[in-house]
Amino acid sequence: MPLLETQDITKRFGGLAALTRVNFALEEGTIASIIGPNGAGKTTLFNVLTGVYQPDAGSVLFRGTSLVGRRPDQIAALGVCRTFQNIRLFANMTVVENVLVGMHCRVALSILDVLGRTTRFAVDEGQLWRKAGTLLDTVGLRTKANEVAKNLPYGEQRRLELARALASGPALLLLDEPTAGMTQGEARSLMALLRKLIAEQTLTILLIEHNMRVVMEVSDKVTVLDYGEKIAEGAPAVVQKDTRVIEAYLGRKRWGAKGEPTHA
Amino acid sequence: MAAARRLLARPGPATVIALLAIGLSAFLVAYQPRSVMAFLCFQGSILVLYFAHVPAWLKRVLGILTLGILMPALGSINGYYLEVATQVGIFVALALGLNIVVGLAGLLDLGYVAFYAVGAYTWAIFASPQAGKFLPSLAADFPLAGGWFFPFLLLAVGVAGLTGMLLGLPVLRLRGDYLAIVTLGFGEVIRVLANNLDKPINLTNGPQGITPITRPPLFFQPVLQAVGIDAPPSLLYPLYFYFLVLAIVMVIIVVNRRLEDSHIGRAWEAIREDELAAISMGVPLVRMKLLAFACGASFAGAMGVVFSAKQVFINPESFTFLESIGVLSMVILGGMGSIPGAILGASVVTVLNLQVLKGLSLWLNSLRNAGVTILGYNLAYLPTQLEPAKYERMIFGIILILMMIFRPQGILPARRRSRELGEP
Repeated sequence: MPLLETQDITKRFGGLAALTRVNFALEEGTIASIIGPNGAGKTTLFNVLTGVYQPDAGSVLFRGTSLVGRRPDQIAALGVCRTFQNIRLFANMTVVENVLVGMHCRVALSILDVLGRTTRFAVDEGQLWRKAGTLLDTVGLRTKANEVAKNLPYGEQRRLELARALASGPALLLLDEPTAGMTQGEARSLMALLRKLIAEQTLTILLIEHNMRVVMEVSDKVTVLDYGEKIAEGAPAVVQKDTRVIEAYLGRKRWGAKGEPTHA
Repeated sequence: MAAARRLLARPGPATVIALLAIGLSAFLVAYQPRSVMAFLCFQGSILVLYFAHVPAWLKRVLGILTLGILMPALGSINGYYLEVATQVGIFVALALGLNIVVGLAGLLDLGYVAFYAVGAYTWAIFASPQAGKFLPSLAADFPLAGGWFFPFLLLAVGVAGLTGMLLGLPVLRLRGDYLAIVTLGFGEVIRVLANNLDKPINLTNGPQGITPITRPPLFFQPVLQAVGIDAPPSLLYPLYFYFLVLAIVMVIIVVNRRLEDSHIGRAWEAIREDELAAISMGVPLVRMKLLAFACGASFAGAMGVVFSAKQVFINPESFTFLESIGVLSMVILGGMGSIPGAILGASVVTVLNLQVLKGLSLWLNSLRNAGVTILGYNLAYLPTQLEPAKYERMIFGIILILMMIFRPQGILPARRRSRELGEP
């Protein structure tokens, strides 16, 4: 059984069909990528998967459980967590607090534990902070733990977002353009980090990515969306040669009046 | 200024300065009980103590001495000071409650005083003959005896908390300005209800208000008499309410700090920073927002009970929109999301309103009555439209504007706590 499976997801915004009957399956322990031109519906798909949008039709199954109709926080608790295309950190909180918020759905303390400062509170809170420290080690931000998130440089903000998404211990991680705005070197080290994470823990990753070199290097499978429809899927090398994909990115070959090829 | 700050940063001189400030100002108040300046110095000395780098235990001891002994002692010299201190305490509690909703969770609430009203009416209705008017068969049981005060204090916490959730439910999907408008409406609804629920069933007695409201019993009076202090209730009640408010404020501060420094407080702040990110990271938005509304409201409910018992009389005029705005300005002036900020903001605004501005207008008035000439203009000819009392609001407004221009983050903005991470 695949870890995540969608069937015929459709999402419309007024007259615009953002997603049309998208079928998609993701095997556990793999890295899959979604590519497509701008406005192809990639982020909409993420928003449907994480419960930010409800699909107009179709189903989403995660480990056999339907995610349709669930709220984002419930989906996060089930083990699907994400990052955002335009970084959305809790800007005025510290680095470690950002990570701690990510663990919210794993905290089993009641308000009475909090108000009474029970031993349970001390133990659990201590564990949270230790775990946050480990996560910050993973992304190399331990020394910046007490800095306010908005003061971090861009690349570190991206890594902090990753740590925050990992904090709830997700089984499936959705990364929306994690290397956007990074240099090739930064992108490569981030990908090395992701591969390390997959090797160390059971983690499945779904990427939206524009950096083709990254996509081709790390993906086990690539899915191509265009105008809300899946137009191709398969191993990176196969997708790369698919004529519909090339058309989607570069435009169709047309024969002009003089018989010269032009690009639409 | 810088030199003073440097002195306060060193434990030795800081302790001496703090002790001197408290001692001298207290002496000044005792020596000149009618001088507002002396009392302001005393209040300022508490601030000095807060900022001075005195060892924590000494700070605590001095704080207890100042608020627990010096303040009531000075209050017995001039009763008005005790009244000011009690009012400051009430507004500190309100500001701390609103600070959770606005400062931490980022939900702009312009009708906060409604919960204060709910608490006040909860006690007032049953602790006066009022309840007998709509429960005629039980009329003989009302007003309730003073002994019911503390159960009702807890009850009001619950009732106000529930009201907070009721308000929270319809506004969960709203943010920012929309939320502000709905809460503003809610605040008005509660006030209008209080104003009009005298027909068909007389619940609130309408604009006439409710009086007399039972005060809590002076349970400690026999003890005082046993040790030979025979003070009349008129002297004991102000002291009693002062200590009651002080105790409640202490509890609220502890509750506030514990909430803030937990996953609940972090979730509130995350909601304030970015709702979508918060819910995507697993923060249950609905539950946390309702909790914020309920917590904030419950503090106001508790203080409402104390307020109605202290005043013996309440009517809807005590719970106007301007009160809500006043509490909000305390939170913003002090520094949103900051507990010391809310405390300081509430103290400054209350003292400003009750003493500084009032003192100023009294002084100007006396100049006017004496016919003093300034720049060749005899103040006695000042038209009534320019009466000094009318300046009070204007000066308060100007202070708010200047604060927002020059220190928009508030007097004591929330500071991020630094903390060592545990070893993995």
